[in-house]
Amino acid sequence: MHIIEDGNAAAALGVKLAGAQVIAAYPITPQTPLTEKLSEFIESGEMKAQYVPVESEHSALAACIAASSTGARAFTATSANGLLYMHEQIHWAAGARLPIVMCVVNRAVGAPWNIWNDHQDSISQRDTGWIQMYACDHQQIIDGVLKAFALAEAVSIPVMLCYDGYLLSHTYMPFEVPEEEKIARFLKPFAPAYALDPDDPANLNTVTLPDVRVDVNGETAHGYMEIRYLLQEDHRAALTVAQEIEDRFTEVFGRGDDALLEPYRCEDAEYVVVGLGSLTYQLHDVVDTLRAEGFKIGVLGVRLYRPFPSEALAEALTGVQEVIVIEKALSYGYEGALCSDLKAALCGRQPTVTGMIAGIGGREIRTADLTDTLRAHVRGAPDEDPGWIGIRL
Amino acid sequence: MIEIRWHGRGGQGAITAAKIFATAAFKAGYTGVTMAPTFGTERRGAPVFTSLKIAREKIYDISPIETPDIVVVLDHLILAEVDVTAGLRSGGLVVLNTPKPLVAYDFGPARLAVADITGLSVEAGLPQGRVNSGIIGSLCRAFDTVPFELVLAEIEDEFKTKKPQANVQAARLAYEKTVVGDA
Repeated sequence: MHIIEDGNAAAALGVKLAGAQVIAAYPITPQTPLTEKLSEFIESGEMKAQYVPVESEHSALAACIAASSTGARAFTATSANGLLYMHEQIHWAAGARLPIVMCVVNRAVGAPWNIWNDHQDSISQRDTGWIQMYACDHQQIIDGVLKAFALAEAVSIPVMLCYDGYLLSHTYMPFEVPEEEKIARFLKPFAPAYALDPDDPANLNTVTLPDVRVDVNGETAHGYMEIRYLLQEDHRAALTVAQEIEDRFTEVFGRGDDALLEPYRCEDAEYVVVGLGSLTYQLHDVVDTLRAEGFKIGVLGVRLYRPFPSEALAEALTGVQEVIVIEKALSYGYEGALCSDLKAALCGRQPTVTGMIAGIGGREIRTADLTDTLRAHVRGAPDEDPGWIGIRL
Repeated sequence: MIEIRWHGRGGQGAITAAKIFATAAFKAGYTGVTMAPTFGTERRGAPVFTSLKIAREKIYDISPIETPDIVVVLDHLILAEVDVTAGLRSGGLVVLNTPKPLVAYDFGPARLAVADITGLSVEAGLPQGRVNSGIIGSLCRAFDTVPFELVLAEIEDEFKTKKPQANVQAARLAYEKTVVGDA
């Protein structure tokens, strides 16, 4: 069944369908309607879950960590400074290998205070050990929540499902609601290898020595480094698992495609624009315009940012002359993080990589500006303001 | 693609009106529908607008409308505060809730449709100031693209707990009384 709703409602419906058992969240614009919707579902009895009201985002994730440790399916959501307030617990959740799912409704980070969209919040959490997925429309949000739980539980790594604040969270569009009766075929009940039990108390993730050691049972236990090595190994393996989950989703629900990348008109492209989130869908129209003018250009959306699909990207961009990365975040003092990541993935291969920044703090990205900038760039004109689309100084 | 910009005041229901029309359009076969409100600056009474795009195929570009085909204005007093026709395509349409007649306005090459939605809505049994069902009636009269009966069904559904019949009646009255001028 198709409905027309906003992106936050799509996320809330996804969480309900996924059968999340514990929700702990603190409201922050533009995430607020998502958590309000979930509390309404729970209050009305439509959704059987425990809503834990908390006094901060740090506590929200702490509550999810505790819930997930007992074997409950746990969900939270936040934006911008709320996400940063969680930061310590974000690392913890990944290190503890808890399959929590969090929606990050992308918003610029203060100061100065700003409630509008960019990607600085989630990109700044890139190295915490969480999986990061980026949605381009409401279908990818609602389906993405289900896939996120499936992936998190399959690899025991928490997942952030990121979607653009306002642009997606508050925009209405039609999307198909996954059929409730099919959910069980896609998402099995959460059954962790170990779950905390009050009748059999245990300490988890206590001080772990640099070296391996023999534990109280006489078994050799991992040192910190082994535990972190395994997180990295499992992260890289998640690239394959994500695609298997995507394929299973397609089998059950009849839609889905590539879990890692979403190319558009890239087949014979000399130039490919790479980006994250709804911007890459806006670029579809830009590519159509430029193609009609004779430019061989395509767009490649990165749907899974961590683990980074380095090999898939290198393969997809083979034979391309130039890659132009447009992103809504940057590593201050250098360049956009996606741009750096992509340069590393393409090191020793042909395409040159150019980085551009757009839409910081909700600065409107006009489709005409994107078209003009890319046309001028491809024609070889020097970029007026190195890479900052729409800047007015 | 048809681009409709809705101008109203915070709390007046412009977003709900646009959503009702969007849903009806979707059911009428417009697969691509996106509706993006003004982001983050909503205050009760302040001028707000929302961008509605309708197309036969999925819409990928959700950026705000710059060159609308139609502008819908829920309160004629907004004309003094906002240039509602900014970017309006030549031969475009303005749908205006106003107690004044067509001749009171000059929108140049744009077509104008007017009705006293505020009065008609009260006549239909709605509280003073509830104009979002009525304005849809006016839009449907001036822009015959989505079957009116389909729109009425959506109005009834949207307001199923808040005077559905009065809302439907407001839309019907507005549809009947809307006066559409020539370009």
